[in-house]
Amino acid sequence: MAKKNLSKQKKMDTRVNFTPMVDMMMLLITFFMLCTTLAKPQAMQLTMPSNDDTKNLNEEQKQVTKASHTITLYLGSNDKVWYIAGLPNYDDPSCVKETTYGKDGIEKVLNEHTTEEGINPIAKIKMAKKELDAKKNEYNSKMTDEQYQEALKKLKKGELPNGEKVPTMTVIIRPLNTATYENMVAALDEMLISNVDKYVIDNVDKMSDDDKALIQKAGVK
Amino acid sequence: MAKIKIQKKDIWIDMTPMSDVMTLLLCFFMLTSTFLTPEPVQVTAPNSVSELKIPEQDVLNILVTPEGRVYCGTENKNNMQAMLDIMTDKFGVQLNPNQIKHFREDAMVGASMSQMAAYLNLEPEKMAEEVQKLGLPLDSIKGGKSEFQEWVSAAREANPDIKLAIKCDSKTPYASIKKLMSELQDMNENRFQLITNLDVKRLND
Repeated sequence: MAKKNLSKQKKMDTRVNFTPMVDMMMLLITFFMLCTTLAKPQAMQLTMPSNDDTKNLNEEQKQVTKASHTITLYLGSNDKVWYIAGLPNYDDPSCVKETTYGKDGIEKVLNEHTTEEGINPIAKIKMAKKELDAKKNEYNSKMTDEQYQEALKKLKKGELPNGEKVPTMTVIIRPLNTATYENMVAALDEMLISNVDKYVIDNVDKMSDDDKALIQKAGVK
Repeated sequence: MAKIKIQKKDIWIDMTPMSDVMTLLLCFFMLTSTFLTPEPVQVTAPNSVSELKIPEQDVLNILVTPEGRVYCGTENKNNMQAMLDIMTDKFGVQLNPNQIKHFREDAMVGASMSQMAAYLNLEPEKMAEEVQKLGLPLDSIKGGKSEFQEWVSAAREANPDIKLAIKCDSKTPYASIKKLMSELQDMNENRFQLITNLDVKRLND
């Protein structure tokens, strides 16, 4: 009997107090939340032409673009923006029309722009891109990233998947000195949204006198 | 009179599930986050729908404040040191080890070479204050390159693979950024990345 009593083990409480650990964890989490950034910033690739004139194309090498395939944007102060569809008519300042940034402004202007062939190339390309995106995001889609980029490149050149070839637009962005950096990025963003491949940021100081006179008459500032 | 006996209850709460959750959260934060790089001046980048990620390494960050002050710097401290060596050689500035130590602790260069030695002599707390009043000069020196251009070419020399990323405040006048981009174009650095925030609302439209 006595032996049995000796072998009886004492039941120990094996519960460990986790409160200090939780305290420490809280501290660490707070530290990480305050000192780090979750999302990496996005970037926009921009390639500017070289200022070195000898490296640029000669006049003959420059591609001639049809007048109706060009849109000129003027970015002014107070987030205002103006556009000229086609070639400017220097005698008539009303060819400079005012619009806004965003969906109902520039995006709509670009979308509804009709070329001399009577088609809306940007709207057509955008439709085709939507279909391409849908195909890419489809459940168990077999399209690789490379194939997607290839198809996108073709689209931007104006080659639609149904074999139709649409002209591509050229957009000239002219931020005035009164514009802000945000305006420039907003304009570049519109190019990205509308899949415009050919765009250029032009220096207003190097504009011809005719252009300068025109925008002054049209009240662009 | 009957005494009301207050029962002594054990108020032990099991913290194990809570600690489990905390560990998970902690792991999540540690794995997904990157440390904030200290910037001399806080700037707000504009929004865009571009989803391009900037590379993690070999990036020369160019910061432009709303007043048009320009700073530049790269994450790699050895590259920064190499850039400083090239610049001090070119401008004939002598720095003592303490000043070089201060330079390495700084995230971005903002002082012009004439002010560099005096700036690096300050206490680190004073430096953070002082740097906000500085900025790299964009004026050309005797018709040649500006100091900013010299820093960019020093960065290119220190690391030929370096890419340029411009982080500019959305309220910066276009005239300042035009000058900066024109200087970069002058030296044939005509590919750069503009740092933006993702505009989710517009992207889903």
